[in-house]
Amino acid sequence: MYKILDKNKLAPEIVRFKVAAPEVATKAKPGHFLIVRVDEQAERIPLTIADYNRDKGTITIIIQEVGFSSRQICNLDKGDAFLDLVGPLGEPIETKDYDKVVCIGGGLGNAPLYPKAKSLKEHGAEVVSILGAQTAEKLILEEEFNEVSDKLYIATDDGSKGKEGFVTDILEELLEAGEEFELAIAIGPMIMMKAVSELTAKYNLETMVSLNSLMIDGTGMCGGCRVTVAGETKFACVDGPAFDGHLVDFDEQLRRQQFYKEHEAKVKECDHIGGEHQCHKVQ
Amino acid sequence: MSQGTIKQKMPQQDANKRVNNFSEVALGYDEETAIKEAERCLQCSNPKCKAGCPVEVDIPEFIELVAEGKFKKAAKKVKEKNNLPAICGRVCPQEEQCEAECIVGIKNEPVGIGRLERFVADYIRDSEKVKPVKQDKGKVAVVGAGPAGLTAGADLAKMGYQVTIFESFHKPGGVLTYGIPEFRLPKEIVQDEVEKIKDLGVEIKLNKVVGKIKGVDELFAEGYDAVFVGTGAGLPKFLGLEGENLNGVYSANEFLTRVNLMKAYKFPKYKTPVYVGDKVAVVGAGNVAMDAARTALRLGAKESMIVYRRGREEMPAREEEIHHAQEEGVEFKLLNNPTRILGDQDGFVRGMECVKMELGERDESGRRRPIAIEGSEFEIDVDTVIMAIGQNPNPILLQDTPEIKTTDWGTIKTDESKETSKEGVFAGGDVVTGAATVIEAMGAGKQAAQSIDQYIQKQG
Repeated sequence: MYKILDKNKLAPEIVRFKVAAPEVATKAKPGHFLIVRVDEQAERIPLTIADYNRDKGTITIIIQEVGFSSRQICNLDKGDAFLDLVGPLGEPIETKDYDKVVCIGGGLGNAPLYPKAKSLKEHGAEVVSILGAQTAEKLILEEEFNEVSDKLYIATDDGSKGKEGFVTDILEELLEAGEEFELAIAIGPMIMMKAVSELTAKYNLETMVSLNSLMIDGTGMCGGCRVTVAGETKFACVDGPAFDGHLVDFDEQLRRQQFYKEHEAKVKECDHIGGEHQCHKVQ
Repeated sequence: MSQGTIKQKMPQQDANKRVNNFSEVALGYDEETAIKEAERCLQCSNPKCKAGCPVEVDIPEFIELVAEGKFKKAAKKVKEKNNLPAICGRVCPQEEQCEAECIVGIKNEPVGIGRLERFVADYIRDSEKVKPVKQDKGKVAVVGAGPAGLTAGADLAKMGYQVTIFESFHKPGGVLTYGIPEFRLPKEIVQDEVEKIKDLGVEIKLNKVVGKIKGVDELFAEGYDAVFVGTGAGLPKFLGLEGENLNGVYSANEFLTRVNLMKAYKFPKYKTPVYVGDKVAVVGAGNVAMDAARTALRLGAKESMIVYRRGREEMPAREEEIHHAQEEGVEFKLLNNPTRILGDQDGFVRGMECVKMELGERDESGRRRPIAIEGSEFEIDVDTVIMAIGQNPNPILLQDTPEIKTTDWGTIKTDESKETSKEGVFAGGDVVTGAATVIEAMGAGKQAAQSIDQYIQKQG
C-alpha cells in the first residue's frame, strides 16, 4: 500500500497528492511516469511523476477528473492509500546542456511539464514558459513555474487571465518576433501538442512532446499505447512517453484516444447509481 | 485388460453453454474415475513417462498411490518435483511429453497422467500449510513471478535459501495470470498454488520492475548471492501491416491481459474495458491464438475466426485446444495471410485484406514454407483483429544490464548450467528459449535452482 501524505486542490477537479513511495522517489527523473490502481476492481491508471523528494521519500502526482477512475482517485483523502503503485516507468528526458528552452503547457499538461522545466533551469538553461488553461480558475502550477522560468506567459481561452487565446498564439508571436530557442517542450491535450508541433515545424524548432496514450501494463508487454513515429510503430510506455513532435502521427493518436468512449460512458452511468459496489446491477 | 483401451472420460461443460461463460471447461475426475484411470498404468520398471516430464515427476509412484486411494500421499509425491501441479495438470501438452512416452499408448490411449496430476493437486487444495525449512544458505533474487521464477524460487526455498521474487505486475503468476484464460486455468487455482509457494518462505514483491526500480547490480549490492532472471517473452510482435494501429486491432497480450488480469469480462463491475466487435479475426494458430479466439466468443462476438498462413497440420496449438475451439464454433481460415487492415472514417477496423497461400518446400525447422498466390487477394468482413503471432523477450532488464549477452532474437544466452554471461546471474524459461510451454519454463527454473545452489556453495 502507498499512503497519501498530503492532498490539495489546485483547481476545480484537479487535485495534487503527495504519496509515500521511497523506492520510486530514489529513482524518479523528469519524464518518468507511474501506474496506480486504487482497489481490486480498479483500472491501472498512468500518471506522470510531477515532482519528487528523494530525502523525504515522496512523489507528487496531479490528477484531473475526467471519468470514473480519475474521479475515484480524486476522491481519495490524506491518509488513504493506493493498492498498487509501480514506477518509475518510461524513458527519462535529457535536460542538460540547453541554453534557451521554451516550455509550453496546456491544462493538466503543466503537471508533467513542471519537472522538466525545473530540471532544465537547474542545469542552467534560460527557461521561457507559456501556460494555457480554459479559465484563470483552471490554471495550475503558475507559482511553481514562476520560480523556474525566466519569463512566464499565460493564455486563457476566455481571457480571464493573461492573453485571451491559445498558447500557440503566444508562441507564434515570440517566434515571429525572432526569439530563438534550442528546444520547445509541449505537453497538454493531444490537439494542442499537434498545433504546437505544426507551428514549430515552420520555424525548424526542435520540439519534444509527451504523449498521454492509453496504457495497461506500462512495461511494453501489450502495445496498447502504440504510436507511429516517423512511420515506425513505437510503444509510448517504453520508448516514450516523450517523442519528437515533428515525427508523431497525431491524427492516429487522437483517434486511438476515442477507442473506449462508449465504455467510459457506461462506467459513468454506473457511477450515477452509487459507485462501484452497485455496478453489477447495470450489467 | 479390464481397464479399457481409452482414457477415462473427463466431464466437461457443454460447448453451447460454456461459450457463454468463463468457467472452467474441463471439470476434472472424481475419486472413483481417478482410481480407474490409475489402474490403467502398467507400473513399468523402467518408466519412459518420467523421462518425458521436464521436471521428472515420479509418475508411476504417484499413480500407484492414486490406484490405492492414497490421494494425499500421491499429491505429496508429485509435489516433491513439481511445485505447480494443479497448473501443469491443466495446461501441459502431455501428448508431447509424459503421455507421448507412455507404453500403454503404443496400442491404446496413453494413461491420463495430466488428468491424474490435476486430480491429486485439486484434492489437496485446502490442506494444511507446509512449514518452511530453515533459510540459512544464502539469499537469492528471482526476477519474474511466472512459471520459471516460481519454480526456481520454490526449489531454492526448499534447499534452504532465502528467496525474494520481484514481479512487475500487481499479481504473481506471469502468463498463468494474465495470459491463459479462466476457462482453461481458473485464476483462483493459480493464486492458491502461489500461496503454497509463499508458505515455503518465498517472499514475492509485487509492482517492482527490475531494470527500472533497481538493476541487477543493485540486487547484488543489497546482499543477494545470485540472481535468477525469468522475465519471459512478453513483448508482442506485430506484422508491420498498413492499418495495424487502427482502433480494434489488439495484440493478443493486450486483449488477454485486459480480460484475464484486469477482469474486463466483468466490466463495468471491474473498471477496465475491452472492445470486441461482432466479427473477430485472430491472426496466428498457436495456443495464444486459440485462447484469444475462444475469449472473443465469450465476450459476445458473433463470429470468431483463426486466420493462419499455413495449413491444419502446421498449426502449433495443442490438439485439444484446437478441438475445443472448433466445438465452440471458432472458424478456421487456413492458408490465408493478412496483407492490410482496412479502416472506416472514424479509424475503426472495418475489414482485413488477405492473400491466399500455398505450401512450398520444407524449411530448416521442417515446416513447409507458405508462399503467397499472386493476385489472390480478397477482403474479409471483420471489425476486430487480434495479432497472436508470437512474442519476444522484454528488453527493460537487459537494457539496464548490457553485460548479459543476448541472441539476435533478444533471448538471453546461457551455458548448460543456465548461467548467463554475467557471473552469478542465471536465466531460464521463455526469456532464454523464446515463447515455449509452462512446463519447459518450470524445468528450466528447476535446473537453474540446482546450478544456483552449486554456484553459491562453491563461493563458500
